[in-house]
Amino acid sequence: MRLALLELRRRPSRFAGAATVLVLVAGLLVFLGGLADGLNANTDGALRIQSGDVVVFSAASQRSLPQSVVTAAEAQQVAAVPGVEAVGGIDLLQVGARLPGRGPRELVDVALFSFDIPLTDAVAPPPDGQVLADALLRERGVRLGTTMLLGPTRAPVVVAGFVTDSGYQGQGTLWGSRATFEAVRGEGRRADVLPRDAARVLVVRTAAGADAEAVARTIDATVGSTTTLTRAAAAAAVPDIGGAVFNALIGLTVLVGVIVVALFFILLTIERAALYGVLKAVGGRSRTLLAGVIAQATVLAALAGCLAVSAGVVTDAVLPPGGVPFELSPGRAVISVVLVLVAAMAGSTVSLRRIVRSDPASTIGRAT
Amino acid sequence: MTAPALRLQSARKVYGRGETEVVALESADLTVDAGEIVALVGPSGSGKTTLCSIAGALLTPTSGTVEVAGTDLSTMSEPRRARFRQQGVGFVFQSASLVPFLTARENLLVVDEMGPRRRAAARRRADDLLAELGLADRARNLPGQLSGGQRQRVAIGRALMNQPALVLFDEPTSALDSRTGESVMQLIRSELRRRGTAAIVVTHDARVTAYCDRSIRISDGRLDAAS
Repeated sequence: MRLALLELRRRPSRFAGAATVLVLVAGLLVFLGGLADGLNANTDGALRIQSGDVVVFSAASQRSLPQSVVTAAEAQQVAAVPGVEAVGGIDLLQVGARLPGRGPRELVDVALFSFDIPLTDAVAPPPDGQVLADALLRERGVRLGTTMLLGPTRAPVVVAGFVTDSGYQGQGTLWGSRATFEAVRGEGRRADVLPRDAARVLVVRTAAGADAEAVARTIDATVGSTTTLTRAAAAAAVPDIGGAVFNALIGLTVLVGVIVVALFFILLTIERAALYGVLKAVGGRSRTLLAGVIAQATVLAALAGCLAVSAGVVTDAVLPPGGVPFELSPGRAVISVVLVLVAAMAGSTVSLRRIVRSDPASTIGRAT
Repeated sequence: MTAPALRLQSARKVYGRGETEVVALESADLTVDAGEIVALVGPSGSGKTTLCSIAGALLTPTSGTVEVAGTDLSTMSEPRRARFRQQGVGFVFQSASLVPFLTARENLLVVDEMGPRRRAAARRRADDLLAELGLADRARNLPGQLSGGQRQRVAIGRALMNQPALVLFDEPTSALDSRTGESVMQLIRSELRRRGTAAIVVTHDARVTAYCDRSIRISDGRLDAAS
């Protein structure tokens, strides 16, 4: 192992090709992961910032917030379930918002939510006619006190504050009282879409010490027409934006990394055939030599990973807000480094066959 | 009574099967006593390398027996032979075959790196060997910074690192000019004598045989006359 690391230190040029590929692979993993996270960062925040412990969907909605309709009668049944402390509804309306000083066609997509139970950090519904805006909307020009005209009714709402990390499917959100919500939606649309007093979903706060999952099961068993999820599960049920595509690209990148690293290390192993013969002749074992190759690949991958993550951090810092949706989280950085390490180790292991086959007898001439 | 450094009895090595079968070594009987230096002379393809590979635990004979310092290697598995090579035999190859990115001292310590680690003791031994071989001031030089003769001396040091009973030299002077070759052979002889280490020296060069206790000729896989 020490021998392999010495080679790496003293003959860095031999590993330049493999190192370059690993840096590119690591960089691609960080960039693709950052893009995926950036796109999905504002997907499920609306459910994550709920202070309730479980979220009740109508069973027919298949856990889709826009499809769900929970009636007032069902809400009453939920409220009566043991372990339930408070029940509140959430309604959702995705509309275009007009901002002062912008043209009539320059609409900003927003998701307007009504809520009853305060959000995390005890954020209660603001007075009627006012809304709390997701911080994401700052990038679109929304400021404290901005009056926005929402939807086809052009109902005015005034921004009374901001909440963070509350996006929904890539849109900035607005949070208001039921009355504000109704004013924006208009009476005609409600009758078409939702029965009076119904909500899209219910947010339930459980009693202290109650098991949220057990309460969820009891709610579904009692009501019979609901699907109740913990808050985290409800957030996870919000569909990703292009998540599958990015995951496929990340998988493909790892695969390409494995193949290219394997080729580089096979070439290096072929170059070192005579050296391996000498080392075997003095008692070196195949597994010792393979451990050296894997150690070299691991060190290169770790360095490449660190370089790529550093580049990712810089990219994250310099990209203007509202531009490319790139977000590098510590978790993503760790995953990217681990993936490039796995690719390098898997690729270098392919050299095993050649190392085992290197013949120490060949170092003292062809056996005759 | 001390066991001979090497004893081959009816050692036979066959490569391939059926129509492609090649007999590389035919019923070889050879005993090399402790401290004895034997020259093995023969044309290319005569079986010299095969004999050395069997004596050095790199190959096992197809039939017959091979013992090095009393240890029977005939049926040893490769992992056990690798362990044996770590301590029982030394090799000096044609072109020195030093690890190019290691200093002279580190090339000697490779033997310790590949075998049971003795670290401090190995470092002391490497320093002693380099001093004895006149390379103390070259200990930190890479092979590329050494002359051909110096490289071969480092290779000799590496072969002696594990204090083997038998050292196998494969054309140790073929890559050297005649003067350097002679001085290397003198060094080999004096170092082996001083340690009582036996050796087989594979060579084409008749001048090399003068430094050996006896010569054995090999042709077509058969050991011929002794002199």
